[in-house]
Amino acid sequence: MAKSEAQKVLFGPIFANNPIALQILGICSALAVTSKMETTVVMCIALTFVTAFSSLFISIIRNHIPSSVRIIVQMTIIASLVILVDQLLKAFAYDIAKQLSVFVGLIITNCIVMGRAEAYAMKSPPFMSFLDGIGNGLGYSVVLLTVGVIRELFGSGSLFGIEILPLVANGGWYQPMGLLLMPPSAFFIIGLFIWVLRTFRKEQVEK
Amino acid sequence: MSKGNDSIGKTLTVVISLCLVCAIIVAGSAVALRPQQEANKKLDKQKNILLAARMLPADASANDIQRIYKEQITAKVVDLETGEYVEDIDANSYDQRAASKDPEQSIDLNGKEDVASIKRRANKAVVYLAKDEQGNFKSYVLPVHGYGLWSTMYAFVALEPDANTIMNLNYYEQGETPGLGAEIENPKWKALWVGKEIYNDQGEMKIEIVKGEAPKDSDHKVDGLSGATLTSNGVQYTFDFWMGERGFKSYLLKQRQGA
Repeated sequence: MAKSEAQKVLFGPIFANNPIALQILGICSALAVTSKMETTVVMCIALTFVTAFSSLFISIIRNHIPSSVRIIVQMTIIASLVILVDQLLKAFAYDIAKQLSVFVGLIITNCIVMGRAEAYAMKSPPFMSFLDGIGNGLGYSVVLLTVGVIRELFGSGSLFGIEILPLVANGGWYQPMGLLLMPPSAFFIIGLFIWVLRTFRKEQVEK
Repeated sequence: MSKGNDSIGKTLTVVISLCLVCAIIVAGSAVALRPQQEANKKLDKQKNILLAARMLPADASANDIQRIYKEQITAKVVDLETGEYVEDIDANSYDQRAASKDPEQSIDLNGKEDVASIKRRANKAVVYLAKDEQGNFKSYVLPVHGYGLWSTMYAFVALEPDANTIMNLNYYEQGETPGLGAEIENPKWKALWVGKEIYNDQGEMKIEIVKGEAPKDSDHKVDGLSGATLTSNGVQYTFDFWMGERGFKSYLLKQRQGA
């Protein structure tokens, strides 16, 4: 019982209850950082880390949080974790931190983190909240990685900066799609992702 | 969530203790990681200077960068008005970006002069003089910056010892559109700059970014980036400014006469 519950919390958000595809949360950063795989992966790790640990800490002190200031308390914990991640990236992955620039800081405003804190961690025990955070981070990552692969492969002809489709500009045959490098393209891809997902999981279709 | 949580005493206790804990974590990480971050910044800058001067082997480690920089690069401060070296300022600690914000150490550019849209310019700039391994003078590396479409673009321009021919152009910090304007970081585009001459024989700044294909034998014309007209204009204005009267012109002309 306990095991299947944990599995549900951990893996549910990947397809069954995906935070981006079903709850339409956290779209903003999905548009901004997905033009290259390298930044996408780091962003996914950073967000999963923040969601998991903020849920954990909020859940630990959930019985002591006064409901009148609970949002502020949640924000304080989330903001501290985000600053911590930002500092760590600047110290140990400087090049990537430079490319992600403000978007790491903007994890604070990512609706997924707040949403999970408010909807799940405030009512659930620490371990389950931690798993829920990781699960939602993974759900976010699945969408971001999909979008990132499509955008980098067809937009620049490469993956992780390694050339896959030789570009016309470099003497190959592939003419890159400039549109995919622009943020709006992520909207289309996420839209298609949701469409595909709901084709297979009819229960997600809104009536 | 018992009712006791909402009493004023409990609220204050929770909030204050939470703030304390979070403040300690944030401050602690900022202080503990600062040396590492500063080192990264410095290393990144040194790396870009060496890249501009074509002195960085492809697989260079952090130690290689520091060693080559230390042995072969000399940083010097130049007064942009006179074009003379300023010996009493330590170039390694002089921060040009900070100086350009300080009214004491910079000038306010009025609309017409401010072609590169940089608003203020520091009175003194740092130039990097590169030597080859035998100690022969190899190139000037000049920092330039200007506004493109979305962002201020920072670059190092390396010049041959004649203080006129471009040896390399290295854009290292910009926030232009990926795939379009951000192609200023593309090595293939940077390679187009090699061998171009900044000034003609009369000392006029002649670098021109053209649409379409630049004539192959042109000394001064460079292909613009397709789909990135405004970024290309920004690069043009950056050169107009920094190689002009308000930029490095007097310094470079002095170096040419001396050379």
